[in-house]
Amino acid sequence: MKTLKDARVGSTVTVAKLHGEGPVKRRIMDMGITKGVEIQVRKVAPLGDPMELNIRGYELSVRKADAEMVEIQ
Amino acid sequence: MGLKIALAGNPNSGKTTLFNSLTGSNQYVGNWPGVTVEKKEGHLKGNKDVVIQDLPGIYSLSPYTLEEVVSRSYLVTQKPDAILNIVDGTNIERNLYLTTQLLELGLPVVLAVNMIDLVRKNGDQIDLNKLGKALGCEAVEMSALKSKGSMEAANKAVAAAKAGRAAEPLQMYTGSVEEAISRIEELINGKVDAQYLRWYAVKLFERDERIEEELQLDSSVKKEVENAIVKCEKELDDDAESIITNQRYTYISGVVAKAVKKKGAKHSMTTSDKIDRIVTNRILALPIFAGIMFVIYAIAMGGYSFSIGTMGTDWVNDVLFGEIVPGAVDSILGALHVEGVLYSLIQDGIVAGVGAVLGFVPQILVLFLFLAILEDIGYMARVAFIMDRIFRRFGLSGKSFIPMLVATGCGVPGIMASRTIEQDRDRKMTIMTTGFIPCGAKMPIIGLFAGAIFGGSSLVATSAFFIGIAAVVISGIMLKKFKAFAGEPAPFVMELPAYHLPSVGNVLRATWERGWSFIKRAGTVILLSSIVLWFLQGFGFTDGTFGMVEDNNTSLLAAIGNAIAWIFYPLGWVGDMAWKATVATFTGLIAKEEVVNTFGVLYHYSGELSEAGDEVWNLVAADFTALTAYSFMIFNLLCAPCFAAMGAIKREMNNTKWTLGAIGYMCGFAYVVAMIVYQLGGLVTGEVGFNFFTIVAAAALVGMIYLLCRKGYQPEQGNYSIKGKMSVEAR
Repeated sequence: MKTLKDARVGSTVTVAKLHGEGPVKRRIMDMGITKGVEIQVRKVAPLGDPMELNIRGYELSVRKADAEMVEIQ
Repeated sequence: MGLKIALAGNPNSGKTTLFNSLTGSNQYVGNWPGVTVEKKEGHLKGNKDVVIQDLPGIYSLSPYTLEEVVSRSYLVTQKPDAILNIVDGTNIERNLYLTTQLLELGLPVVLAVNMIDLVRKNGDQIDLNKLGKALGCEAVEMSALKSKGSMEAANKAVAAAKAGRAAEPLQMYTGSVEEAISRIEELINGKVDAQYLRWYAVKLFERDERIEEELQLDSSVKKEVENAIVKCEKELDDDAESIITNQRYTYISGVVAKAVKKKGAKHSMTTSDKIDRIVTNRILALPIFAGIMFVIYAIAMGGYSFSIGTMGTDWVNDVLFGEIVPGAVDSILGALHVEGVLYSLIQDGIVAGVGAVLGFVPQILVLFLFLAILEDIGYMARVAFIMDRIFRRFGLSGKSFIPMLVATGCGVPGIMASRTIEQDRDRKMTIMTTGFIPCGAKMPIIGLFAGAIFGGSSLVATSAFFIGIAAVVISGIMLKKFKAFAGEPAPFVMELPAYHLPSVGNVLRATWERGWSFIKRAGTVILLSSIVLWFLQGFGFTDGTFGMVEDNNTSLLAAIGNAIAWIFYPLGWVGDMAWKATVATFTGLIAKEEVVNTFGVLYHYSGELSEAGDEVWNLVAADFTALTAYSFMIFNLLCAPCFAAMGAIKREMNNTKWTLGAIGYMCGFAYVVAMIVYQLGGLVTGEVGFNFFTIVAAAALVGMIYLLCRKGYQPEQGNYSIKGKMSVEAR
């Protein structure tokens, strides 16, 4: 299973499924990471975590641990 | 009858700017009952009958964050007459997600599309007619920053409120989902306010625990509801919460495709993104951040020729409260023939005590001004992005760095700067640990002992900083494992808002609000404690009669010091210095630099003392050994901060239990660390023999190591309830 965590910087990926449950998952979905949406990985923070994404026309940062919940195609 | 209009929108949508321009100076700032979420309301300019209620900036109406729960319970229980929903036109897709939830509340909604000037500048087009039609409510455009269209939007909301017509229901959910929600509507019909029927049905479908609890449905109804959900989940092979979110976003994509024409390609770089390529660049981000912090720090608190904050503070200390105010008070009191006790109370107690605190005001205002600018342009989110990796290990947030840095100057603005941290848990932890950082006022204490005992070694000051930082780190690791901290969620899923020019009004208002709350405290808590300490220091029993004392050694404070000095016995404060050290610690509660002054007084030095108290070094050196000096220093650096900082803790925690907990923790931690250093350190150097407290200290050390290493409380998956904290609110 490939997750958002492993996506290369600069690549554009499509979300296949979201795993996990509870507030973190809900927050991720509320921010627009839903099934089928396209995400571009913009960069990784200087210390290697979190990562910056471009999604639905805005910039979002998520921790790698949370990005692992997002399965990509 | 007055009208209530709720102002709702995402963070960074320009909501604060809009609120300020709609209400001007008619604002009331407070807290939502029982929580530390700021509550602002105000009268609409030129229309006293309309109250604008500013809701916290939120992304959704989920049950998981305090802000969201506060907002939705307001919208459902207080029934505002209309909702003015502000959305950022440059980021419309995600902004409309909240809109779809607001529309379900059955209240009149007016949609205000903000930053329309930027939308046009980007070459994009938003068709308001189509947008309004697709969402079933009126849509208007505006630019809050340029004050264009703000009043028109508010007037539309007033008109909508007067008309009282709810937004038209959307056809948002497809087939089986709509079926399930309609089924739930049937089941709970009559049990909830008809207006909110759809809202409750959707929330029940999402299995929102708070709503389930609120409604207290019969078990048979519950079962039916659950059946409807499960049927739909099976059909769509997903969980109910995800189904709803997906359908909302799908619907929004449809709306946006119809009403918005974008010029650029998907994922194209905006100006803001280009700035970020440099500012949050992997290599440059940290140096740039350090540079910005250094410049701010230098201007506010440094000792350079451009350090306007320091200049202002020096002027207040040396001129305003050094000459002008005491001089004026002196002549007024002289003219009124006030002498003796009352004169001393006013001059030595009130003027000196309040003046010492007000001296920080210029530095604090400059500091807050810069922080407000950083916040307003959107840099704070980048700070969190850059620093998150380090700080989250200690249960803190990337944004905790700013309060800690500010605290090296003064702990009070440091603690107040924690307000920019959204997550409740991170904020509380930051408030509790920020006081450990050695502030400017603790420097004289370090200077005194470095000079008197350690031959002026600069290692002492350096070690003090390391102790402060170590205290933050150790506390963070220990505390984050406790249930009170671990039980609350802190998802770090954060928007990096587009940079924009700061709004002068917002910045000045934020600066003044924080600065004023500091000044107000100087007028209350500090004033009172100054009077109490002046009294304890100046009065006492001499030869059996109570009265003013010349000699501090016979003051009430000395008596109290003597009476409780035994508490510090395990810390090595024994013999002649015990009560002096105790009294000095107490006066340190007014302001930490008082510690040195107190030593000056207690060692009968009559002249003006230099800052680090060079004149009494010999006397101090005779009383303290290196070890007791170090133990004293550690305790004073880490224990409860000054009254001003305690006031700041109380204000920011907004909860007596947490305030006492924070101060108690700091004192306890300081005590334990000082004891370990004295007892175990003394055993190693041979200065202290093996005694009962050696065992206590060793046990404390083992206990701390255990707390650091244990696995800690693990919240159950999915059980991230914030019920406990919100129960106050629900009542």
